[in-house]
Amino acid sequence: MKAIEIQNLAVTYERQPVLENVNFTIPEGTLTGIIGPNGAGKSTLIKSILHLIPRLSGDVVVYGKPYKKQRNLIGYVPQRSEVDWDFPTNALDVVLMGRYGHIGWIRRPNKKEIQFAYECLEKVGMKEFANRQISQLSGGQQQRVFLARALAQDAQIYFMDEPFAGVDAATEKAIMKLLQEWREQGKTVLVVHHDLQTVKDYFDHCLLLNKTPVDYGPTESVFTLDNLERTYGGAISFLGNSPILTQGG
Amino acid sequence: MNELLSLLTSPNTQWVLAGSSLLGFASGLIGSFVLLKKQSLIGDAMAHATLPGVCLAFLIFGVKSIPLFLIGAATTGLIATYCIQAIVKHSRIKTDASIGVVLSVFFGLGIMLLTYITKHAKGNQSGLEDFIFGQAAAMVKSDIQVIAVGSLLIIILSSLFFKEFKISIFDPNYARGIGLPVSVFNLVLMALVVGVVVVGIQMVGVVLIAALLITPPLAARYWTDQLGRMGVIAGIFGAISGVTGTLISTAGEGLPTGPLIVLCASLIFVLSLLFGASKGIIVKAVRQT
Repeated sequence: MKAIEIQNLAVTYERQPVLENVNFTIPEGTLTGIIGPNGAGKSTLIKSILHLIPRLSGDVVVYGKPYKKQRNLIGYVPQRSEVDWDFPTNALDVVLMGRYGHIGWIRRPNKKEIQFAYECLEKVGMKEFANRQISQLSGGQQQRVFLARALAQDAQIYFMDEPFAGVDAATEKAIMKLLQEWREQGKTVLVVHHDLQTVKDYFDHCLLLNKTPVDYGPTESVFTLDNLERTYGGAISFLGNSPILTQGG
Repeated sequence: MNELLSLLTSPNTQWVLAGSSLLGFASGLIGSFVLLKKQSLIGDAMAHATLPGVCLAFLIFGVKSIPLFLIGAATTGLIATYCIQAIVKHSRIKTDASIGVVLSVFFGLGIMLLTYITKHAKGNQSGLEDFIFGQAAAMVKSDIQVIAVGSLLIIILSSLFFKEFKISIFDPNYARGIGLPVSVFNLVLMALVVGVVVVGIQMVGVVLIAALLITPPLAARYWTDQLGRMGVIAGIFGAISGVTGTLISTAGEGLPTGPLIVLCASLIFVLSLLFGASKGIIVKAVRQT
C-alpha cells in the first residue's frame, strides 16, 4: 500500500532551485530516514510536502488522494528551535494542541481530551511535568512534549524534523521506542536525520537527498558508500561498519 | 470628596467609566496576543497612522462625525500596516526600520493636516486636537457607546477564537499542518488591533493608545505562565488603568486622558516587575536564596 507519493516536486528560493525533480513513493508501515548534507533541502522537502512553503511544482498524494483532502491523516513534529519556548503555556497545553484538529473550531478541550493528553505525556515519561512551564524543560524534555503532541494527534503518517538534535540519551531511546511502535501499528514515519552512524539501526528505509533524491529504498541496499559519496560529494569514509563524514558536509 | 462622589454618581461619568474599563480590558487582552507575536510596534505605527485618516475625514466631509472619523482612522491605519509589510517584503529593509519610516511619514502627514485644519475657520471647533492625547471629558454618550460596543465585540471575538490564536502564534507551522488558516487568523488579529486602536483613539489618543496594548500584557506576564490567565490579568490591568486615568482626567483641570491612563498602566507594570508572583524580581531573588 502506498502511503505517500511525491510527483515532480520542485521548490525555489529567490529564483535559486532548492529542490528539483523530486519523485518517490513511500510504502505504508515504513520508517524512513531523510539523509543529506546541510543545505540539501531536507527540512524544505518536509515543509513543501506539508504545503507550509510554496512549491514551484509538484503533487503530493496521500493514500491515493490529494494532500489537502488527507490533512487529518498527517502529523508534523517541527524542529524544536522553530517555536518560542518562552511562550506562556505548560507541557499539557502543548500536548492538547495535538487534539485541536479533532476538537474543531471555537470549542474547548473536554475532560476526555485532557485525560488523553495526560496519557500521551505518560507514554513519553513526562506525566509529572504536565504543569511545568515549557521554558523550564530541558531540550530533551521539550522534544518529548512535541512527541506527546504528535501522539495526541493520532495520525497515520508522521513527518519529523531532526527529532534527535540536541537530546539526551534517554530521550533518544524514548523517541526510537515510539517510532517502532508506530511502525508496528502500520503507521508511516519520515524523519530528517543528521547522524549517519545511527541510520542503519534506526531506519528500515532511506531517502538520500541533495537537492534531488540520490536514491530511495530499503536501508541495506541504499545506504552504501557509493551512494553516500554521491550524496555528500565524496567526503565519506567508513569506520568499521559506520560511515563518517571526513570533511565538510 | 463630595465632588468625587457626585462625579461618580453622574450618569455621564458612569458611561465614561464603563467605556474606559471595556476599552482597557479589550486592549489588554488583544495586546497579549500581539506581544507574544512580537508585533507590538506595528500596533504603535498603526495608531500614529490613524491621525491623517481622522483629519482627512474632517476635510472631506467638513463635519465632526465620530463614525466618519473612525472610518478614516481605520483606513489610513490599515494602509500603514500594509506599507510596513510591503516594504519588508520587497526590499532589504528590516521590520524595525520599516515601522520607523511608516510611523513618521503618516504621523507627520497627520500633524500637518491637523495644523492646517485648526488654522482655518470652523477648524478650531472640530476638537480634533483631542485625538492626539485623548480627552474623555469631551466625549458624549454616543462616543462612549461606540467604544463600549466595539470593545465588547473585540473581547467576544478573541475569547471565541482563543485556542486558534494561541496555536497560530505559538507554532504557526504546526497550526497550518492541521489545516488551520493561519494567515486568516493573522489578518483577524490585525483587524482586532485596528479595532482597539480606532475605538480607543478618542479617549487615549493616537500617540499613546499603543501603550495600552503593550504595557498591561507586559505587566501580566510577571504574574502567570498561562496565556489564558495572562489575557485576563492584562485585561484587568488595562481596565484599572482606563478607569483610573479617566477619573483623574475628568475630575482634574482638563488634563489629557491618554497620558494619565498610560502612567497608571506603567505604575502597574513597575509594581508587577517587582512583586509579580511568577517572574517578579523580588520573587526571583527570594527563590534564589
